[in-house]
Amino acid sequence: MTIGLSHYLTVGAILFTLGILGIFLNRKNVIVILMSIELILLAVNINLVAFSAFIGDIVGQVFALLVLTVAAAETAIGLAILVVYFRNRGSIAVEDINLMKG
Amino acid sequence: MNLALPAFTPALPELVVLTGALALILFGAIRGEQSVGMIDVAAILLLAAAALLIALMPGGRLETFGGSFVLDDFARFLKILALVGAAAALLMALDFWHKEHQRRYEYGILVLTASAGMMVMVSANDLIALYLGVELMSLSLYVVAAIDRDNLRSSEAGLKYFVLGALSSGMLLYGASLLYGFTGTVSFAGIAAAATAPSIGLVFGLVFLFAGLAFKVSAVPFHMWTPDVYEGAPTPVTALFAAAPKVAATALFVRVAIVAFPGILPQWQQIIIFIAIASMTLGAFAAIGQANIKRLMAYSSIGHIGYALVGLAAGTATGVAGVLVYMAIYLAMTLGAFACILAMRRKGKAVEEIVELAGLARTQPLVAFLLAALLFSLAGIPPLAGFFAKFYVFLAAIEAELFTLAVIGVLASVVGAYYYLRIVKIMYMDEPAEKFEPMAPTLGLVLGVTGLFVIFFFVYPAPLIAAAQVAAKSLF
Repeated sequence: MTIGLSHYLTVGAILFTLGILGIFLNRKNVIVILMSIELILLAVNINLVAFSAFIGDIVGQVFALLVLTVAAAETAIGLAILVVYFRNRGSIAVEDINLMKG
Repeated sequence: MNLALPAFTPALPELVVLTGALALILFGAIRGEQSVGMIDVAAILLLAAAALLIALMPGGRLETFGGSFVLDDFARFLKILALVGAAAALLMALDFWHKEHQRRYEYGILVLTASAGMMVMVSANDLIALYLGVELMSLSLYVVAAIDRDNLRSSEAGLKYFVLGALSSGMLLYGASLLYGFTGTVSFAGIAAAATAPSIGLVFGLVFLFAGLAFKVSAVPFHMWTPDVYEGAPTPVTALFAAAPKVAATALFVRVAIVAFPGILPQWQQIIIFIAIASMTLGAFAAIGQANIKRLMAYSSIGHIGYALVGLAAGTATGVAGVLVYMAIYLAMTLGAFACILAMRRKGKAVEEIVELAGLARTQPLVAFLLAALLFSLAGIPPLAGFFAKFYVFLAAIEAELFTLAVIGVLASVVGAYYYLRIVKIMYMDEPAEKFEPMAPTLGLVLGVTGLFVIFFFVYPAPLIAAAQVAAKSLF
């Protein structure tokens, strides 16, 4: 069996779905949400690089590198906000984030 | 290989704002907390300078950075709008931070970086620039939401905004990757050339991209973060969120839909019609039971985005012009309303409940009159500006033969009028509560300008309408 574009896309789609499910089904810890977000961005990168190799166009790989950089910045900001939240609340359990109904 | 530097002139306003922000970070780091007032004023001046630069730049369409950044009349109109919104929000914040004894010089700088992100969004002409702009704006705004870092509500608002915002960025990006794969290019023009017939991959990518964008404009069904973030964030931050980022995100939404997907208009039109109807209805009904005025403004903003999207659903130049007029008038109405909300202070504390406004007409008649005008305008009652905003989008919808959409829109605005009028009733009919502290001059300035704009718009609407039409034409 040769590994083709569709295999990569399937892996990407599975990772993406796992990331989304991780955000919505997780009732424990906000750190897990951060990991799920990372998973979503990795799914996107797999997609971009696979497409880029398949159509022979370098732009997709440039895009993937940009996504990596932004993902790092995003996680840094997310963790910073999480630390601030933990200082005020003393917990980072998802079910404790309920001061405002919504 | 061409290694020449790209032309930087079209991106000059962005560069001014960003270099200014970097210089101010340095200044703030050296001078510490004494520099707060100076940095905020400098940030306002920088935003004004950028707006002036955009107004003075030569007309026509300029492209740079390999076609990924475009400056056309559409971008000029919306950039000026977003900059005005951001500058007004900063101006209104000055007094609030002072009274709350919060001295954080980062606020003005973060608003500057967010504004730069908004300008990149408005000018984005390919998927990479789109993502870059969205993230630059969002990352700054996550921090701004949590800026009151000793306050649990503010940090919870920041955390919620971050988690849901990051999720939406992920969806937007997944859509972008699919679009890149199925069209083989990231540029909007290239996508438009490739996307002439709907294919499954293309429609999938489109849906994910639109889901991400709907999140940024807080349209239903991606609105859940709005009420919580608006309620939890400090009030000047809420005023900022309700104004400039909405304008920029709507601009991006319009540009993507019109420039990148003209070939599959029937496909995305259905999505926009659904989002518009859902947002208008939810905005109208969910706001009725609210007691907190910031939460009410959140639902109000969801509804207003629904009305603005009615113009986009038409998919015509008239429709886009309607969206632009709507956003300009919405900006004025929201900023004015938030100037009043920021002025609701008693005994050195800010109050946020709607009942606190009771009898404002007797204690502060002028403020009550202007706020009533703004609320009537938000409800869309003629001859105030809000009526014309709704008129132009519904007109475009009817011209595009979207009769159901227009009828539902009008009905939703009737329902929505109820909760605006309830506030007016509380201000004019109820027994006066204790007097508010006198309004700060900066808030009075914003309230006066927006109030007069809303009341006297009908006298001379031509300049705004003409500018919006020129801007809309540059997309087609």
